[in-house]
Amino acid sequence: MLKYVGKSEKRVDGIKKVTGYVRYTDDLKLSGMLYARIKKSPYPHAKILKIDTSKAEKLSGVKVVITGKDVPIRVGLYLEDKTFLAIDKVRFIGEPVAAVAAESEEIAEEAVSLIEVDYEELSAVFSPLDGIKPDAPIIHEDLGSYKHASIILPQSGTNISNHYKIRKGDIEKGFKEADFVFENEFYVPHIQHSAIENHCAIAQADPEGKITVWAGCQSPYAVRRTLAVAFDMPLNKIRVISPAIGGGFGAKAGTTLEGIVIPLAQKANYRPVKLSFSREDVFINTFVRQGMYARIKTGVTKDGKIIAEENKFYWDGGAYTEYGVNIARAGGYASTGPYDIPNVKADSICVYTNHPVGGPYRGFGMSEIHFAIEQNLDIVAYKIGMDPAEFRKKNALKDGSSTVTGQILENVGLIQCLDKVTEDIEWDKREKKVSKIKYRGKGIACMYKAPSMPNNVGSSAIVKINEDGTVNLLVTAMDLGQGSDTVLTQIAAEVLTVPISRISIMTGDTDCTPYEWQTVASRTTYCCGNSVKRAAEDAKNQMLRLASLKFGISEEGLELKDEQIISKIYPDKKVKIADLAMGLTMPDGSGIHGPIIGRGAFIPPDVKDTDKETGQGDKPVAYWTFGVQAAEVEVDIETGEVKVLKIAAAYDAGKAINPELVCAQIEGGIVQGLGSALLEEMKIKEGKVLNPSFVDYKIPTAGDVPEIRISIIEIPEPTGPWGARGIAEPCMVPTAPAIANAVFDAIGCRINSLPITAEKVLKAIKDKMK
Amino acid sequence: MKHKISFTINGDVKEIEIEPNKTLLKMLREDLDLTGTKEGCGAGECGACTVLVDNKPVNSCLMLAVEVDGKEILTIEGISDGTNLDPIQESFLKHNAIQCGYCTPGMVMSAKALLNRNSHPTEEDVKEALSGNLCRCTGYQRIVDAVLDSAKKGGKK
Repeated sequence: MLKYVGKSEKRVDGIKKVTGYVRYTDDLKLSGMLYARIKKSPYPHAKILKIDTSKAEKLSGVKVVITGKDVPIRVGLYLEDKTFLAIDKVRFIGEPVAAVAAESEEIAEEAVSLIEVDYEELSAVFSPLDGIKPDAPIIHEDLGSYKHASIILPQSGTNISNHYKIRKGDIEKGFKEADFVFENEFYVPHIQHSAIENHCAIAQADPEGKITVWAGCQSPYAVRRTLAVAFDMPLNKIRVISPAIGGGFGAKAGTTLEGIVIPLAQKANYRPVKLSFSREDVFINTFVRQGMYARIKTGVTKDGKIIAEENKFYWDGGAYTEYGVNIARAGGYASTGPYDIPNVKADSICVYTNHPVGGPYRGFGMSEIHFAIEQNLDIVAYKIGMDPAEFRKKNALKDGSSTVTGQILENVGLIQCLDKVTEDIEWDKREKKVSKIKYRGKGIACMYKAPSMPNNVGSSAIVKINEDGTVNLLVTAMDLGQGSDTVLTQIAAEVLTVPISRISIMTGDTDCTPYEWQTVASRTTYCCGNSVKRAAEDAKNQMLRLASLKFGISEEGLELKDEQIISKIYPDKKVKIADLAMGLTMPDGSGIHGPIIGRGAFIPPDVKDTDKETGQGDKPVAYWTFGVQAAEVEVDIETGEVKVLKIAAAYDAGKAINPELVCAQIEGGIVQGLGSALLEEMKIKEGKVLNPSFVDYKIPTAGDVPEIRISIIEIPEPTGPWGARGIAEPCMVPTAPAIANAVFDAIGCRINSLPITAEKVLKAIKDKMK
Repeated sequence: MKHKISFTINGDVKEIEIEPNKTLLKMLREDLDLTGTKEGCGAGECGACTVLVDNKPVNSCLMLAVEVDGKEILTIEGISDGTNLDPIQESFLKHNAIQCGYCTPGMVMSAKALLNRNSHPTEEDVKEALSGNLCRCTGYQRIVDAVLDSAKKGGKK
């Protein structure tokens, strides 16, 4: 019987947040603080001829001015292609070329305007399709010499920073045997994460050269490592503290501002330096979701079995793709969506452009490719006269199916999700024309996603039992709002039988909390959850050993129950956790063992590289999460406006450690997906972002929320804690294609690009009438 | 030239000298250390900086500090005494209407303003009252439910 796991415990961080007490980075005010500003490039692609900082340096109140020459080492998570300040070239409008630290923000602002930069403009690349042409301007001439992870395959002398290939079965034979072959194209634009907290970082150097960085970052350890490379420092001389994070969605997974405040702080005579980004800076100077063009060719038999698929994904990686290259990889190893297709050829290509820097965004490539895959599937289903839900069911991955990489799957809950969603949306019922101008339709979309991360990245946790039997849990998985503080506390509580209120969780301080690769990829409940479970079990086993000595009963004869270790046979033989917390006191008054500290570590088991030429491999990822959403929409054919009436969603969470928090993730994901479906697009013209504000870039508000029905399926993942899988990113993935498919169902028009604006719908209706 | 202004903030009378171009948001955060009020956009679009001035919700990033001379300000720090939460805050906790927490103070203050002027709002009223407060995490429904539930209980816990 589980007591804490599987229960909708209230958030452990709730009171601090609802009172406004919790401190985010920008809320920190340190004594003697200086304020930083950056000088940005006005050109999308240009040589830097000269930077003159002399006037800025002379301005009263200016303490430090730096340029790219002060930070010359290239860094990057998967591909070391960027410097924190541009050195010889700028590669996007807004790229930082110099930075200033001054006594006030106003002085820093003025100083930046006094920095003079001479540029020589170069021809630029504004589309990945142009970027791959043989005569395209080269954005990174030295790509061939950049260091990169073994899973990434950059092509020297081109703008291609990664090319992931899938070659499964015999694609030509597959198309020959198909009764029908269809080809479709889709486009997904750049969007912005739009977490409500803007990025902010503070750095301070001490007289021994140690640097402390405060930044609302998803990945303190990954940030520390990148900074150590950039500044050629040992890791123990950098301390990264992530105070609290006001929403991340991937935007705070990498390292950006931290690399600018450190060199300023190193020259600031031990004074702390703070750099706060404005909303406009966040739109342009932090990660954006990459744009993507997709071409899909599908071979299908008369009875509705897909037997061949050829996919091409061209990612608009932007000026630096240190992180984006792995999105292309994820798009490759997931390239057909959750379907069992025997013959597949896929090419997922990450291309440098002179656009803002692409990076991780909730779903990590899956939202983008599923928009194409799931609409394509609908088109094929309609053309061969099959019900879209039935067509999906027929081709869906099931137990024993083989993925695009040739991995044979078990414990697949996709069919259950499909069945639940079609029931909840009343798939078989249609009321299409509700008035002369309002038409309704229903659409469905499936998804799968794996945690996109290197095979061998680790998590760890420490459990300290206090003198009174209360517990301190230390991890570096960060709560960005998803609720990991609560879920990880529940896991410790379950193993230790200690109530939630008697456990305190601390996160995000590389000098104090143990290693965590990153809080990304919907991996926290699974990876860090496993490490917390192991740490708690380690503490428990230490206490069982001590109780065994105390009572002369074997460990097997004892159990931990209600904060006591108790004999399974003699209930009077029992000892409280509190009485073992500092070790065991023997009858003669001596003590043994000492304080109980549990340690847990985890790496997903047996995840291996795939073949570089074919992409084949039997376990390229830790696990897959499956889910389905269906949408009902109402389209006004006079205005083109699409209103989403209802979304039904079902996800196989394996085990919902906290069902309410799982539902909260799904609701938030759906509304974010709805934003990307109907509203959101970064308008970029010749490299310039035209709408970097919430005035011109609209995200959903309370009035946009549809009726939502959620089902959680629980088919345990054998390697997850109590069978749990990650679900935070998958929640957003199928929303946009489900809505697009519902729009088609309503009015018979396909909108092949996001967002589905009234303008596009009206044009499609007009084109259809022609 | 700084201006001398006086106002009531969370029940306390304050007198302060302030730059004429400083926003109310900056004064709250920088001069009064009331950092519960957040900046999300600096342009009146996200509502994270919502506070009540003379009982009306305002985006404090759009209001100049000098404009609050003689007025009464209520911020998130002023609606609970540290041990007893406001019923709206209790309701946010009960409905799990919080994720990252960054928009939460602004949401609570907008909800507070709504319930002050309309103790029996409909779901549409709540959605309208919160339409100027952006949240990227929750999908809003739990926030709307929390406000409706709080109203139903008539301001009691």
